[in-house]
Amino acid sequence: MTGAFLQEFEAREETATLGASEWLEPIRRTAMERFARLGFPSTRDEEWRFTPVTPIAQQTWSPVTSSTDITREELLPFIFGHAEWTTLVFVNGVYARPLSSIGVLERGLRVGNLADALRTDRRVLQPHLARYASVETNPFTALSTAFLSDGGFVHVPADTSATQPIHLVFVTTRESAGSVIHPRNLVIMDRSSRASVIESYVTLSTGSPYWTNAVTEVVTGPNSWLEHTRIQRESERSYHIGATYVNQHRDSHYRSFSMAMGGALARHNLHVRLDGENVETLLYGLYLTRGSQLVDNHTAIFHDHPNCRSWEVYKGVLDGRSRAVFNGKVFVRPEAQKTDAKQTNRNLLLSDTAKVDTKPQLEIFADDVKCTHGATVGRLDDLALFYARSRGIAAAEAQRLLTYAFAAEVIEEVTLEPVRTELERLVRERLGSL
Amino acid sequence: MLQIRGLRASAGEKEILRGIDLTVHAGEVHAVMGPNGSGKSTLAQVLAGHPAYEVTAGEVLYQGQDLLAMDPEERAQAGLFLAFQYPVEIPGISNAYFLRAAYNEIRKARGLEEVDSMDFLDLLEEKLRLVEWGPEIMGRAVNSGFSGGEKKRNEILQMAVLEPRLAILDETDSGLDIDALRIVANGVNALRRPDNATIVVTHYQRLLNFIIPDRVHVLSGGRIVKSGGKELAFELEERGYEWLEDPVGAVS
Repeated sequence: MTGAFLQEFEAREETATLGASEWLEPIRRTAMERFARLGFPSTRDEEWRFTPVTPIAQQTWSPVTSSTDITREELLPFIFGHAEWTTLVFVNGVYARPLSSIGVLERGLRVGNLADALRTDRRVLQPHLARYASVETNPFTALSTAFLSDGGFVHVPADTSATQPIHLVFVTTRESAGSVIHPRNLVIMDRSSRASVIESYVTLSTGSPYWTNAVTEVVTGPNSWLEHTRIQRESERSYHIGATYVNQHRDSHYRSFSMAMGGALARHNLHVRLDGENVETLLYGLYLTRGSQLVDNHTAIFHDHPNCRSWEVYKGVLDGRSRAVFNGKVFVRPEAQKTDAKQTNRNLLLSDTAKVDTKPQLEIFADDVKCTHGATVGRLDDLALFYARSRGIAAAEAQRLLTYAFAAEVIEEVTLEPVRTELERLVRERLGSL
Repeated sequence: MLQIRGLRASAGEKEILRGIDLTVHAGEVHAVMGPNGSGKSTLAQVLAGHPAYEVTAGEVLYQGQDLLAMDPEERAQAGLFLAFQYPVEIPGISNAYFLRAAYNEIRKARGLEEVDSMDFLDLLEEKLRLVEWGPEIMGRAVNSGFSGGEKKRNEILQMAVLEPRLAILDETDSGLDIDALRIVANGVNALRRPDNATIVVTHYQRLLNFIIPDRVHVLSGGRIVKSGGKELAFELEERGYEWLEDPVGAVS
C-alpha cells in the first residue's frame, strides 16, 4: 500500500519534526518519490523472484505510536560480550538512552544515535548519509531514506582503534504490532581506523506481526579495518527487510558475518563496493530456518579496481517446510585486473520439505582474474553419522552434533570471541540441547 | 567375549563375507590378515554396525548379547570400539568437544554422571601422553586437515579415552611411518588388560612386531582360510597370501 506511505510522508512534513536537517529534505523527498514510482516489488522482478513480499505489501503499516517502557532485565537475553562494550538500545526504532551504556571511548570516537548525530555531527555525517544506500533500485531502501529518523551512528576517527566493540540492539515490543520500524545506521571508518560493530535485531513481541525495514551504510576509509556482525532474530511471525551498503576505500579490510534466524519473511541485501585498490572483503553468513520461514540473502560485490580480494561463504540449515534463497553476485569491471574472488554457498536440508534456491552470478569483464563459485545442497553425511554413532553418540544427538558442526565451521571466521560464543549459543539453542 | 558364527554380509548385491566363524576371549589379541578385497575391513565394519552392509546370515554374540540387533551407538556404549581405516573429518567441532560428547554419552548409557570440561581435561592429559601428544590437538576440528598419521593416532586417543572392552583396529598401521607405528602400537599395548580384547585387522605383518597376537587368522574370499599362532604372521610375510587363497577367488 504505497499510498498510505505517501500520506504519512506528507503528514510528517507538516508537523516538521525534523527541522535540524533541512539538507536531508530533498534527499528524503527524492526517495519518497522513488518509492512511490517503484512500489513494492513483485516476483516478476528478477531480484525478488523467489521472495514474494505480498504479506508486507498488502498490509497498511503505521508508525509506532504508543511508547514502551522495558527493563534491562527484559533485554538481558539479547545482551552479550563485556560490560565495557558500548551497547546502544533502540526500542521500536527509538533510541532508549536509559537502557544504553556507552563505554570509555577513544579520543574523537563518536558513538550515539543518528537522530542526535544529525544535529551534532552534521559535518561528518552529511558526506556519507544516504550516499551509498541505493534508492534507485531497492524500493525498501527508498522507503528507509524517506522515513529516516533514528538508528546507530559510529564514527571512528583516523588512526584510532576502538578497543571496545559497539553493539547496536534493535528490539521490538508488543506495541510494535501492525507497525513498520525503519532503523537506519551509519558507520564511518576514517583512514587507518579499526572497530567491531554488531547489529542485533531482536524481539519481545509474540503477537501480531510488525515489520522491520533496516538499512545500514558503512564506509571504510583507506587502510581501515572493520568487523561487522549482523544478528537477525526477529519474531517468526514478523517481517524483516534489511539492506547493508558498504563502500570500501583502498587497502581497507571489511569482514561481515550475517546471521539470519528470525522472521516469517526475512531478506538481507549486502552490497559491497570495492572502491579502491588492494581491498579485502570477507563475507560470511549463516541462516537457520524452520517451520514456514522464508529467509533470503542477496549479496553483491562490486570489484571496480585492480588487486582486490573478496571471499564469501554463506551456509544454511533448513528444517520444516522452510525456504531459503541465496543470490550472490560478483561484478568485475574491465579495469579490475588481478581480482581474486571466491564465493561458496552450502545448504544442509534437515527435512524433505525444506527448499533452497541458490544462484551464484558472476559477471566478469576483466581477463586476468581468479574467480570461482560453488553451491551445494545436501543432507548430513552418512559416514560422519556412523562415525559419531560408533563413538557412542545416539543417532538423534549425532545429527544435532553434525548439524552444529556444519554451522559452527563458518562461525569460526568471526574474530571476536564473545560474538563467536554468542553465535554458537544461538545455534545450539535452535538445534535443541547439545 | 565375542563369538561369530556363520556370518555372511553383503554390500548391495555383492556378498563380501561368506561364512565367518571366530571366537575371541577376554585378554586376547587376534590378528585378522588377508589380501586386499578379502573382506577383512568389511568384517570390522559389520561388527561396528556400518549401515552400508547388510548381514544376510549368521550370528554374533558379544558378551552374551546379540550384537547384530544393536545400533552402532549401543555397541559403543557396550564397550565395542572400531578404529577406522579412514577416520572421518568433522570440521566445525573441536576434537575435545567431540570426544567429551562421546565419553559422556557412554557414561550416561551406563548410568554414570557426565563429566564437565575441566574434569575431562584432567582425564585427557594422561591419555594424550599415551599417544605422545600435547593439548593443542584437542582444539583442532575433528580429524580436519590431520595428516594420515595424525588421524590414526587420534583413533588410538579416542580408544584410550573410551576404554573399550573390545577394540577393533582396522588397518590402523597402513600409511604410518615407523615412529607413528611405534606410538600407535604402544598405545594399544598400554590399554591391554585381562578383561578386554583386541582384533587387529592388517595387511602387513609389520604391526604385529609391536602388538604380539595370540591368534592369527587369514581371510580370503570372505572366509577364514587358516588360523594359527603368531608364527603364522611371519610365514605370511615370507610366502605372501597366494598359497592360501580361496579357490573361489577373492572379492575385489
